[in-house]
Amino acid sequence: MSPLSRREFVAAGVAASAGLVIGFYLPHGETPDKEFSPNAYLRVTPDNKVTIVVARSEMGQGVRTALPMILAEELEADWKQIEIEQAGASTLFGDQTTGGSASIRTTWDPMRKAGATAREMLISAAALTWSVPRSACTAQSNQIKHVSSNRSLSYGELAAKAAALPIPTDVPLKQSKDYKIIGQRLPRLDSPAKVRGEAVFGIDFRLPGIRFATLSRCPVIGGKVSEFDDKESKKVSGVSYVGKIGDSAVAVVADSVWGAMEGRRLLEVRWDDGPNKDLNTAAVVASLKQAASKKSASLYLAGDPAKASGRRISAEYELPFMAHAPMEPGNCTAFYQGSKCELWAPTQVPQDCRDSVAPAVGLDPDQVKVNVTLMGGGFGRRLEHDYAVEAALVSKAINAPVKVIWTREDDMRFSTYRPASLHQLSAALDGSGFPSAMTHRIISPSISGQKGQPTPNNVDPDMPDEAGPVYGFPNYSIEYVMTETPVPLGWMRSVYALQAAFALESFVDELAVAAGKDPVEYRLRLLAKDQDLQYFTTTWKTARMRGVLRLAAEKAGWGKPLPPGRFRGVACFGCFASYMAEVVEITMENDQPRVHRVVAAVDCGQVVNPGILEQQIQGGIVFALANALRAKITIEKGRVVQGNFDDYAPLRMDEAPSVEVYAVSSQDVPTGIGEPSVPPLAPALCNAIYAATKKRIRALPILS
Amino acid sequence: MADINLRVNGSEKKVSVSPETPLLWVLRDTLELTGTKFGCGAGLCGACTVHVEGNPIRSCSTPVSQVSGKSVTTIEGLGANGLHVLQEAWIAEEVPQCGYCQTGQIMSAAALLAKTPNPTDDQITQAMNGNLCRCGTYERIRNAIHRAAGNRGPR
Repeated sequence: MSPLSRREFVAAGVAASAGLVIGFYLPHGETPDKEFSPNAYLRVTPDNKVTIVVARSEMGQGVRTALPMILAEELEADWKQIEIEQAGASTLFGDQTTGGSASIRTTWDPMRKAGATAREMLISAAALTWSVPRSACTAQSNQIKHVSSNRSLSYGELAAKAAALPIPTDVPLKQSKDYKIIGQRLPRLDSPAKVRGEAVFGIDFRLPGIRFATLSRCPVIGGKVSEFDDKESKKVSGVSYVGKIGDSAVAVVADSVWGAMEGRRLLEVRWDDGPNKDLNTAAVVASLKQAASKKSASLYLAGDPAKASGRRISAEYELPFMAHAPMEPGNCTAFYQGSKCELWAPTQVPQDCRDSVAPAVGLDPDQVKVNVTLMGGGFGRRLEHDYAVEAALVSKAINAPVKVIWTREDDMRFSTYRPASLHQLSAALDGSGFPSAMTHRIISPSISGQKGQPTPNNVDPDMPDEAGPVYGFPNYSIEYVMTETPVPLGWMRSVYALQAAFALESFVDELAVAAGKDPVEYRLRLLAKDQDLQYFTTTWKTARMRGVLRLAAEKAGWGKPLPPGRFRGVACFGCFASYMAEVVEITMENDQPRVHRVVAAVDCGQVVNPGILEQQIQGGIVFALANALRAKITIEKGRVVQGNFDDYAPLRMDEAPSVEVYAVSSQDVPTGIGEPSVPPLAPALCNAIYAATKKRIRALPILS
Repeated sequence: MADINLRVNGSEKKVSVSPETPLLWVLRDTLELTGTKFGCGAGLCGACTVHVEGNPIRSCSTPVSQVSGKSVTTIEGLGANGLHVLQEAWIAEEVPQCGYCQTGQIMSAAALLAKTPNPTDDQITQAMNGNLCRCGTYERIRNAIHRAAGNRGPR
């Protein structure tokens, strides 16, 4: 990542959106005559083609459908006639990072204003053509109509005239009650190509004369290449180059992927294992425990938890390193040509790829062009620029276009991992069993800190989106001890929220049990009072959390009898400005939980596309269930142990629950949806396991 | 290197590759049929599923020499005349998210329906359990297979 953190990117995007239209004008001369392009998000051509530009990356979360819907709504476009264009790394769209459940949040204003600006200009163009007042003209379905004279002109017919008009700066936006596109369950635009096998993912992209490269990387974290012998590699048919890339990898280039893989298999490398050759997971866990007593930074403080008296309950929770393991292994295509370098990257950070590749190959950022391909999943793994830099370096070394491909084992062993963490919670209960005080101490290495990004006041910049308060306890402290680890860290779907929610919502369940109260009733009572909990720049509202908890409980039939052997658990949590509650229904089979049904309720403000929202929540819950049950990356002798889907096993169909999704009807500003469904799942499941077995799980994964 | 004859999506193809090359890479690199995906290289995820003589196989772990002279069907050849009923069902049920695993899922499902036109839930699970999806689309995959089989109406 560039010097700005992900969190700051999000904040900057929101702040910048207020007066944005002016900043997005295409430079004069880029717009062909007669084409109407009042901003970089939109082009209308005389053939009536409306092209909407998507400046976020599509990794399955539906941005190539949802973001254009926002613009098309304000434009009064005919949804059936729009075309979508993917933006590469640009200077026209502000920050293009796709992460932090922020794509809708940060483009909601720019996309609406882009569409509304164009609509108003097309109305002006028609009014001038007909010499009628603007107020007599209406926009509808790619046309401006003059109702009283029954005349109409298409957007294409008006494009040239509209292009010559001054661009208004303060355009009216539609009221949510008038929405025709936003809020509709419109089919995703990318589905047909994906089911035909025609969708071009990063790994599918080809150039004439392209070569393929695989890299042998030092298996020990932080180790380096000592020397290598490529005699056998070069005997493989099609292998054309073997050479060191950076300090810690050797690339094998061939005219086919298989040739490159075979060449790598036969490559002999002697490694300098470096300082981490004795590192193992136990040492990492021990270091977290040692750090627990260190000075912490305050994330949230209400009242004074130290002064509260009453019955004390404390517990400690542990979470392991986890890997994203997206289905499409890492890859990137690069073509270095002396004074320029072009990339075709499945990336969540096109601008970071540009800015990282440039110095690596001795170019300026404006000499590097980054095209964004479809991604076979991301989950945060493609917030890293490692593939792009490797591809550019190999292309420079061989002076030809090349695609670097990672194997599954490469992806598992050279990933950046969700940090392992430790959580210490302590509560003082009043006479009725409700907390008069709560302390939650988070001990975790910082992803941003490891990457050399700012961590002001010793707070990881992701914490403000991911570790906020759920309940308005009268005395409440959330504290963070920022630690370090040599294990490479990365942002994985829901990041720290998964950890914070597992600890907090398991603990609240323990308190409900201690109080002898029903877990839903207990939580509703804790949320009973309308409170605004100010956490960094987010105001968490207990009323909205109460709303999703009630909705989930009601739809799940909480309190109603279950068939014999079935048990329920509940959890709620807020992150990325959205509120989420989940009820999990399980049976126990051979001491292992089987999840049959998950009922999820969300409040994420205005829903742009309910179908995509449902996909995201269903998918997030399946992802979270794999995390809860099995996801664990371990380190032995400085090496990641797991390698493929046998020892790091995602969920399969036989374990997938039925997931029901309910969204609170809302016209509030839309908030995140890609990640908020992940955190409540593990605690809800563990709480169900407690209901079934009276055994409390305080360390993930459950099946360890 | 060896010359190997295959029948791919109804067309005769001759490829010149080393005989142990996995069918996956012959399809993707030599024949430029990139709808078949690389996921694990070890037969664990099913993203590379194609049909050989109508049977679903993992092309990442099948040397091309083993399918010499045989008939191979990939996602590109599944709906020879427009979309296969499963592809239509996949769209109707809005199955794909990232979409990367879906071609392999559809090939596994097509092999199932060819032998079992009206599969039960258990039969679907058994046939599809080798296909991983990290986006978590399993419930929709099940619904799409039922829809294609005509044994469950639209939800």
